[in-house]
Amino acid sequence: MKRNSVLELGVGLFMLAGILGLVFLGLRVSGLGVGVPQNTFTLTANFANIGGLRPQAKVTMSGVRIGKVTDIELDPKWFDAKVTMQIDSQFDGKLSDDTTAAILTAGLLGEQYVGLTVGGSPKMLHDGDVIHDTQQALVLEQLIQQFVSNMAK
Amino acid sequence: MIDRIAALGRGTLDVLMAIGRAGLFLVQSVFCLPSREGFYLWVRQMHFVGVMSVAIVLVSGLFIGMVLALQGYTILVGFGADEALGQMVALSLVRELAPVVAALLFAGRAGSALTAEIGLMKATEQLTSMEMIGVDPLRRIVAPRLWAGFVSLPILTVIFAVVGIWGGHLVGVDWLGVYDGSYWSNMQDSVDFVGDVLNGMVKSLVFGLVVTWIAVFQGYDLVPTSEGISRATTRTVVYASLAVLGLDFVLTALMFGDFG
Repeated sequence: MKRNSVLELGVGLFMLAGILGLVFLGLRVSGLGVGVPQNTFTLTANFANIGGLRPQAKVTMSGVRIGKVTDIELDPKWFDAKVTMQIDSQFDGKLSDDTTAAILTAGLLGEQYVGLTVGGSPKMLHDGDVIHDTQQALVLEQLIQQFVSNMAK
Repeated sequence: MIDRIAALGRGTLDVLMAIGRAGLFLVQSVFCLPSREGFYLWVRQMHFVGVMSVAIVLVSGLFIGMVLALQGYTILVGFGADEALGQMVALSLVRELAPVVAALLFAGRAGSALTAEIGLMKATEQLTSMEMIGVDPLRRIVAPRLWAGFVSLPILTVIFAVVGIWGGHLVGVDWLGVYDGSYWSNMQDSVDFVGDVLNGMVKSLVFGLVVTWIAVFQGYDLVPTSEGISRATTRTVVYASLAVLGLDFVLTALMFGDFG
């Protein structure tokens, strides 16, 4: 079989395009970080109900993204949901320790995310600290139930 | 009456024998020892099967992404959720549309050509002459084509998904005015690399195997007449498309269906 360098070049470019495409899908579309993770610090918060919150959900403050949810598990001590978040390290020591965390919904049917609101305490949150003041997710069924039982009175 | 039962039994036996031949054929040709010459044959087929299909995949990927964004936008804006456009476009492309549509196009573009090529080789007795001079046609003709199909369909799928997401960006962000940042960040929040992207790749690997297998086997197993070639080419496209759509449901149910 005679070799054909134009043909080999074409196939090489084709396979390279596939690999580059996969890299694009990994980095740009599914948001994988490469190598060293960005500088972040960890905060945890316990919620009575997380609704539809999932790992990788964003953590925002005033609507601006400052971190993401990395882990959600059931706290065996209190039987509520323990949400671990990674926040951009530029806010390490800048958030007061009475910061509140609420689970919010983007739009009416959008996905759920964590919204932080700073308080006025002079003490600051550091890596590994726990946010105590939390607000659980809005569950539509519970709202309707409350509404119906109020109507019945 | 007896004749009908006999015909039914004959039909069943024929189908079973065809399946058996197809299975043996696959095993015999896939496990050929790799050689330097086999590699060049494979590169030649990669060009024919993969590189030549890039144009159709680019164009259809672009338009499917654009249509998805347009349709998705008109639906989502009704709920005030047009920010979720990126997520919708990316998830439907990566999980479903890219593997399936690329496989269907591949069956039509490359599969039919493979069947016709091998079929004509059989009709003009090139395959028999190869055996006469001691060259194994499974190894020389079939194996490079099978391997080229397995490798190129996943690559075509990736290209399809990337172009489609870019087309969705073109329509959604540049034309309809969805905010650029939320297009990408919503996408990154919801698309999981292993769960979505790699599962889509597994799908396209399976489709690549099935489509090329059907195409090459139909070419190798046809009745060596001009009518037989035309029938086999039609059968390739029909069987491959049906197999892709059916397998897609099974794979989706296994991957995303929570049957655990």
